Amino acid sequence: MIDIHSVSKSFVTRDADPVHALNQVSLEIYDNEFFTLLGPSGCGKTTLLRLIAGFEAPSSGAIRIAGNDVAALPPQKRPVNTVFQSYALFPHMSVAENVAFGLEMQNAPKSLIDERVREALEMVRLEGFATRRPAQLSGGQQQRVAVARALAPKPSVLLLDEPLSALDLKLRKGMQSELKRLQRETGITFVLVTHDQEEALAMSDRIAVMRSGDVLQVGTPRDIYDNPQDRFVADFIGESNLLPGAALGRDPAKTIVVRPEHIVVSPVSDGAKGHATGAVSAITFLGSDTLYEVVLEEGAKLHSRSRGGAALSTGDRVIVDWARGVERELAN
Amino acid sequence: MNGAKPFDWRHTPGLSAYTALIFLFFYAPLLILVIYAFNSSRLVTVWAGFSFKWFVAVANNGAIRDAAYNSVIIAIVATIASTAIATAGAIALERGRLRFGRGAATALIAMPLVVPEIVVAITTLIFFSGLGMHHGLFNLMIAHTVFCIPFALLPIQARLRDMGGTLEEAGRDLYADEWRLFRRVTLPLLLPAISAGAIMAFVVSLDDFLISMMVSSAGSTTLPVYIYGMMRLGVTPEVNAISTILLAVSIVFVAAALLIGRRNKLA
Repeated sequence: MIDIHSVSKSFVTRDADPVHALNQVSLEIYDNEFFTLLGPSGCGKTTLLRLIAGFEAPSSGAIRIAGNDVAALPPQKRPVNTVFQSYALFPHMSVAENVAFGLEMQNAPKSLIDERVREALEMVRLEGFATRRPAQLSGGQQQRVAVARALAPKPSVLLLDEPLSALDLKLRKGMQSELKRLQRETGITFVLVTHDQEEALAMSDRIAVMRSGDVLQVGTPRDIYDNPQDRFVADFIGESNLLPGAALGRDPAKTIVVRPEHIVVSPVSDGAKGHATGAVSAITFLGSDTLYEVVLEEGAKLHSRSRGGAALSTGDRVIVDWARGVERELAN
Repeated sequence: MNGAKPFDWRHTPGLSAYTALIFLFFYAPLLILVIYAFNSSRLVTVWAGFSFKWFVAVANNGAIRDAAYNSVIIAIVATIASTAIATAGAIALERGRLRFGRGAATALIAMPLVVPEIVVAITTLIFFSGLGMHHGLFNLMIAHTVFCIPFALLPIQARLRDMGGTLEEAGRDLYADEWRLFRRVTLPLLLPAISAGAIMAFVVSLDDFLISMMVSSAGSTTLPVYIYGMMRLGVTPEVNAISTILLAVSIVFVAAALLIGRRNKLA
């Protein structure tokens, strides 16, 4: 659906310093996919979204949407709609007028506009709100109007720029599944930008993890969680222990990545042999789980998260072990 | 340390009396002028009973009517022209592709607000006579349009800046071409600021004296210039009456501009 080929973007600041927001990024986003660009702020994810929407032009490289090179097309000629972070609802129009705007600009017939507006408002469960002004709606409702407005013209691609960041936690969880449902129902390709890795894991078919203008890894949530190919990805997605190879008596040029839930700590007296020995330095009770912080003899620190938990106390000497196959060995 | 209150300027002794005094200095002369406009005596300083006769005299004075007519026509033309130019200018400054010189351009446009008006008046006069333009009212319309532009531009520019570009991006994203984007999104959102700018321009044009004084010629006298002429023959209650009318018109317009501005914020 979207083919991003070797796209770079640099900005010139006021001091004439070029800032490289994207370095030769190549990505393919498939039809009918929920795709997420994930990364910390300043990683270039929003820039990439703005390039797809047409608000900015790439410095080099090509973007194809549904097979067509869109380089020469302004935003109003691209089959792409955006849900803005600030929603950007037109304050002087009613909810229905907002939702109708895209279709009106496409000169759709009145009967079709009315039908699609009703459909779109139904889809986001705001049937009774057609005549309200955006200012009369709550944040969550405004956000759903923004989604309805972007979906009403039935674009090939829906771009979502941190759409949930202004909502409180409970509303956010609800909207996550709403958006997922809308994507399945409409069959439209969704491209979501977020810095929230949990959100990305929960909603996406595939995720591209970005950092400082580069795409580090693209894959399904499970793939990215289980097989991080980069220290940054391992650290950014979920919680990870990044252990220096030397601490485990291995190649010092490598980092060993193990998720806390895969690490088992047991008292030394059990006689079990593990990957390392250390001492419990802190215990945090998390309800269903218990988190142990262990300082290894070589000085490295790691976390183990276990259900229930062995009867350990701070200062106990422990064996640290994990099953073969759960660890990942990455270059430093 | 023993519970002494921290310094609070709101509790300065005599603050309210001092504030009242300042308001007195502001408004007492205006109040006196308005009161004596309704004085039935010809003497400006002696109260002889309430009367509308000076307003009637003003209304029956053909020269005053002509000057007032000139003032209003000039103000209307200058308001429309300067607001249109200011709107286009504000959009260019805030949304154009200017990479450098935006600040300098804004400063140059706002400059007439700080340049002494007498300088502007004299240079305008020299400019017109240098070009050999002696078109009476038309000259005044041009001069007023020019000095009204910054007054109209500043509120429009501020509104554009407050709005940010995202709403217009949303419009483009939803397939609006530039013209329809302007008509359906930018213009409606700017309208309160444009009205406020237009009202400012109208009032500034109506009240202008120095520039009009220099540029006006026989037959194209504006009301403030005519009032000044009357004053040279002494302050008559007629002057009080016209001034009261001008004052009332200005207050109505400025209040309207403020109200529009407030409603704009609430929306």
